[in-house]
Amino acid sequence: MRIRVQSEPFDLAAELEGFGAEGDVGAQVTFTGIVRATGGLTRMEIEHYPGMTLRAIEKIAAEAAARWSLDDCLVIHRYGALVPGDRIMMVATASRHRAAAFEAAEFLMDYLKSRAPFWKKEYGPDGAAWVAAKDEDEDALSRW
Amino acid sequence: MLDVLYFAWVRERIGEPREQVETRAATVAELVDELRSREDRYALAFSDLAALRVAIDQELADWDSPLDGVREVAFFPPMTGG
Repeated sequence: MRIRVQSEPFDLAAELEGFGAEGDVGAQVTFTGIVRATGGLTRMEIEHYPGMTLRAIEKIAAEAAARWSLDDCLVIHRYGALVPGDRIMMVATASRHRAAAFEAAEFLMDYLKSRAPFWKKEYGPDGAAWVAAKDEDEDALSRW
Repeated sequence: MLDVLYFAWVRERIGEPREQVETRAATVAELVDELRSREDRYALAFSDLAALRVAIDQELADWDSPLDGVREVAFFPPMTGG
């Protein structure tokens, strides 16, 4: 299990090198979140709670690893200044079968969205605004 | 002495990211009441608790959570990671 919180960009290919190489892995799922230019967005600032972020993600990942008996799990989440096209975060899961890898990746994404202490501020033609959490993001947790 | 941290628009409304607070509040709700009565910027930031979340010693907590032995309390809007 590898978890990183960083301001620097990350190299997708390099991160996946050797990922899930141990164990009898038959499936690997990767998800990457990318900054969109929707609504003329020019940049984004992601704030986080340094003392809590890593711990919160570790807890979410440990829960995923236990529920789906993952062979490997990787989460990288960026903070700081980002522009459209930048990768914000990634999760990768490795398991014997694809159902577990897909489900665990979705679980990680749902929980990272509303239980990891990050806050996005968007800058666009109308100025700056904090992204509001959506009810559907909270509702998404209830399916797990 | 309690370290109180603010993030995102809560930080912007209060005007600082963290401060030390001398308090006898027994719960988070009591601490919020104390802060609200200080100045308008606090009253404004804490006007709608449904729009806020709280963490105690870096774990999510509730408004009625006790503050006994707690070192750090953080207030912030619902998280928007991912």
